[in-house]
Amino acid sequence: MQKLLIGLGSLAAALLAASPVHAQGAIKIGLIMPYSGQFADTATQMDNAIKLYVSQHGDSVAGRKIEFIRKDTGGIAPDIAKRLAQELVVRDKVDLLAGFVLTPNALAASDVSAEAKKFMVIMNAATAIITTKSPYSARTSLTIPQLNETLGAWAYKSGVRKAYTMVSDFGPGHDGENGFQKGFKDAGGQVVGSVRFPVANPDFSAFVQRAKDLNPEAIYVWVPGGVQPAAIGKTLAERGIDPAKTRIFGQGELTEESALKSMGDAGLGIITVYHYDYNHASAMNAAFVKAYNGAYSRNPDIYSIGGWDGMHLIYEALKKTGGKTDGDSLIAAAKGMKWESPRGPVSIDPETRDIIQTVYIRRVEKVGGQPRNVEFDKVENVKDPFKARMKK
Amino acid sequence: MIGPLVGVLFDGFAYGMLLFLLSVGLSVTLGMMNFVNLAHCSFAMLGGYVTVSLMNDLGWPFFATLPLAFLAAAAVSVVLERVLYRRLYRASDLDQCLLTIGIVFVSVASAAYIYGTVQQPVQMPDYLQGSFVVMGVNIAVYRLFLVGAALAITLILVAGLEYTRFGAQVRAAVDNQRMARGLGINVGGVFAVTFALGSGLAGLGGSLAIAIVGLDPSFAFTYLIYVLIVVSTGGLGSIGGSFVAAALLGISDVAGKYYVPQLGSFLIYLVMLGMLMWRPAGLFGKR
Repeated sequence: MQKLLIGLGSLAAALLAASPVHAQGAIKIGLIMPYSGQFADTATQMDNAIKLYVSQHGDSVAGRKIEFIRKDTGGIAPDIAKRLAQELVVRDKVDLLAGFVLTPNALAASDVSAEAKKFMVIMNAATAIITTKSPYSARTSLTIPQLNETLGAWAYKSGVRKAYTMVSDFGPGHDGENGFQKGFKDAGGQVVGSVRFPVANPDFSAFVQRAKDLNPEAIYVWVPGGVQPAAIGKTLAERGIDPAKTRIFGQGELTEESALKSMGDAGLGIITVYHYDYNHASAMNAAFVKAYNGAYSRNPDIYSIGGWDGMHLIYEALKKTGGKTDGDSLIAAAKGMKWESPRGPVSIDPETRDIIQTVYIRRVEKVGGQPRNVEFDKVENVKDPFKARMKK
Repeated sequence: MIGPLVGVLFDGFAYGMLLFLLSVGLSVTLGMMNFVNLAHCSFAMLGGYVTVSLMNDLGWPFFATLPLAFLAAAAVSVVLERVLYRRLYRASDLDQCLLTIGIVFVSVASAAYIYGTVQQPVQMPDYLQGSFVVMGVNIAVYRLFLVGAALAITLILVAGLEYTRFGAQVRAAVDNQRMARGLGINVGGVFAVTFALGSGLAGLGGSLAIAIVGLDPSFAFTYLIYVLIVVSTGGLGSIGGSFVAAALLGISDVAGKYYVPQLGSFLIYLVMLGMLMWRPAGLFGKR
């Protein structure tokens, strides 16, 4: 039934595409995001950046108007994401799919992209394998191994030999754990213990106490953004774990802006790896942050930058194809695309269609009385290491 | 060996008290008044937002915000009680569920509209942060404060309901409405005040809890399950029951996470299941 629907849909699309009226019509972009529920804020930030991009770069590309159709998944809901993707392709006749904050949703929608041959831009979801599911998908955010293997290797280089890892017990948490441990062990480090805690965990005291009792040189933490970073950061401080003695590593969610505000001085000294922070020093980023604040009275975050660069990729790919929107032309245009983003130089790997970017190592320090993520080291042109290994 | 054990016991007890503070109001509204008030955590969330707004925007000290959190939640609840809840006191459980779950959705959407979907920064004053070590056991200051607050609230509530005239009126109105009315007790008024008390306690619990569990619009749903667990295992209508149940659940949860982390937070449900199989009406439940 599903195939039949998609078949009919593509037939209808083909018929429409043949008519000259449609060629002049608007380009429709279907955005699939969790606009409500637990992850609503990530979708808000991403959508803000998308709107800002359109308001700065105009709402038409290659002579055709850009139109958005927004669909809400309400959270982690692969079945809904898939249905929405099908509806967008079949009923609303969108030309391409974009958004995708959450991995399960992105994986489910990838099937639709592959079958309907629709260009798909993943603006956040960060599990490595997503882009292998559809030959028409490209990613403008990050992959978790890309950040965490880099951090693991960096941790060893910085002198840490024994580390403990604690992560949320779900896909991205496992990826973070594997990534850090892989990078760290390959460099020669030893993992003295690890724990996975439930995703919805209100109190971290038991887990942190357990880590402390093992007395490792460093603790690696992976928790999703939102309520948890501040909760675990406070617990670490409350247990008397001093980042000056026991290093605390994590992916940037751990010290995102709202988490730092809640943690206060407790966050100082935590070292995180990320691909973007609103404090990144470049003229382009300064302009971006200023415009963003002007429009939404808050700072952009990684979801914003994923949305921003995603829109950039879509606009540039459309310019290259001269407004042609079939999956094959767009993905061909996207492959190897290079540009300067507010986060630094980025490009789309022509082999994996994933993003290649600079990965920053940051430490929480006080700047002007406020805790900030200060970049003090970086690794340039990092590809997703996971897919590089898959190839072998 | 003893050090970690005592530490786990303390952390567990403190976590239990956090659960108790969040749910004590529900053991008043659901437990005593027998109203299935799923919107309980919405009032807690309201208290949390009041505290956050007063602290961050107006620079109030943390303690000064607590009475306001109580009053705000109580005031809003009185309006809702007079307008909506009152009509459903005699309706079926399902009707009450439907109304209150609707209120939860409305509250989540309102919070997201007013404050945005972003996580609210909650920064406690310095003297409530950090920890000290007593005989090898790490005692976190804020957790100790929570334990003290929970004990104080329990004492005040139990004493108030047992030994004051108003407490007697509440118990009479709950146990036998017709008789109470016949004796000249203004049952409607008593119910309104009791409901406000329960919701006010929710607001207070919310503002005490956010320092540990954080605050965003999904708060109203996230903690609903925990407060229902505490009230049902404690036994409807028993403040002491909620207290004991919260302590047991908290300790078993933290101990489980410390000693058998693979089991994770699943243990709290197992304990609930065990306790309810043993005593279906809850630990101190009368019905």
